Amino acid sequence: MDFYDKDLVSIRDLDREQINYLLDLSTEMIPYARGEKVKKVLDGKVLGNLFFEPSTRTKLSFESAAGRLGCTVIDVSEMSMTSMSKGETLADTIRMVDGYCDVIVLRHPHEGAARLAAKFSENPVINAGDGAGSHPTQTLLDLFTMKSAKGSLDGLNVVLVGDLKYGRTVHSLAEALTMFGAKLTLVAPESLQMPKDIFNHIVEKGCKPSKTPILEDVIGQADVLYVTRIQKERFPDPAEYQKVAGMYRIGNAILREAKSDMIVMHPLPRVDEILPEVDSTPHAKYFEQAFNGVPVRMALLCAILGGDINGQ
Amino acid sequence: MDNKIAETKIPPIRNGTVIDHVANGQSLNVLKILGVNENNIDSVISIGMHVPSSKTNGWKDVIKVEDRELDHATVGKIALIAPDATISIIRDYYIAEKFKVRLDDHIMGLARCSNPNCITNRGEPVVPEFMVEDRNPPKLRCVYCDRMLTNISENLL
Repeated sequence: MDFYDKDLVSIRDLDREQINYLLDLSTEMIPYARGEKVKKVLDGKVLGNLFFEPSTRTKLSFESAAGRLGCTVIDVSEMSMTSMSKGETLADTIRMVDGYCDVIVLRHPHEGAARLAAKFSENPVINAGDGAGSHPTQTLLDLFTMKSAKGSLDGLNVVLVGDLKYGRTVHSLAEALTMFGAKLTLVAPESLQMPKDIFNHIVEKGCKPSKTPILEDVIGQADVLYVTRIQKERFPDPAEYQKVAGMYRIGNAILREAKSDMIVMHPLPRVDEILPEVDSTPHAKYFEQAFNGVPVRMALLCAILGGDINGQ
Repeated sequence: MDNKIAETKIPPIRNGTVIDHVANGQSLNVLKILGVNENNIDSVISIGMHVPSSKTNGWKDVIKVEDRELDHATVGKIALIAPDATISIIRDYYIAEKFKVRLDDHIMGLARCSNPNCITNRGEPVVPEFMVEDRNPPKLRCVYCDRMLTNISENLL
């Protein structure tokens, strides 16, 4: 599978076979991601970690992934600390950073930023989130978490709940799950339902998602419950926010309706959409999901930079 | 029959371009694409609005531009808002060339992305690019932000 020197801008850049290859490679990375084994297969390589928007998990897990493989990280965490605050274009920033590293990881507030970076960079670019657009490495780690827990992605019954309109993780995830023949149920009030553009795309790819605002009606059939945060700032009326947020608060009471092996996932950070009482149940997979960011990003860096974890 | 009706309403031209089968009501947007305004007209432009069309049994607009032959980019832009339009190049009262407008699979620089948060709308040194997913009616996806272009006539460059 040839990923060497390739960009990863959108999950649409990958097909099912390529995703499976990366997920298998991620499994091999787990002992290295935990520090139980050490192999510096990317020694001498440099990763440019450009984060022009706040991030905890994505930024740290890329740093951890690179560090575990012996890859040096140079980084930017705030736009105000760069020449972009002086009016430099992203294109110029990318051309400059491109000379300092072997791979660029970019988080940016504007949609399409990663595609632009890929056009101006000689080295490969990995999209770590561009505005409300794509976040393909989050999708890969979500798929990895599901596959690890359920054994296979084929035909999984996945319920996506919460903010399906603005939550970028669910857009890419829905598209990727469609490639594996998953059955999708979209649980959200009409005002926060999946955008028509994404919905039509997954329908064209053969998925027939069902929509409902009522979680109780569908939780019993779910293999995976993927919860997203409802963002307060999306609601002009605080009372409306409280009403909607309260509809999808996951606690042990609603989980009694679920299958015993159903898993609960969340891209984090959570606010109060999953109650702490769920954390100690076998359903809770969100912290494991956050850890999985490391082996998945290690696999991706190895694939793109040519590191062979099974070599001498 | 169709041509006769149009020609009785709009006089034939000696040299220039006839843009026919423009969707009813789109002729003023076509003029915008041609870059015509009150300061730069040095030839005659005739417009037929709401002209009967035997092809569709409905209505269409027709535009005749004297002494000007359209280039490829301009024809591409017309295809964005009038995908059924035909272009006839007239030389000495005869039709020298006649073709239907057609969008390429990939277009550059004809329209801006309708997503205000798209990186192409943020002062970067790039030309907006779209993949054409459908020609009639045109459906265009931004190469950068992956969104579908909405309100095409308002976003023409």
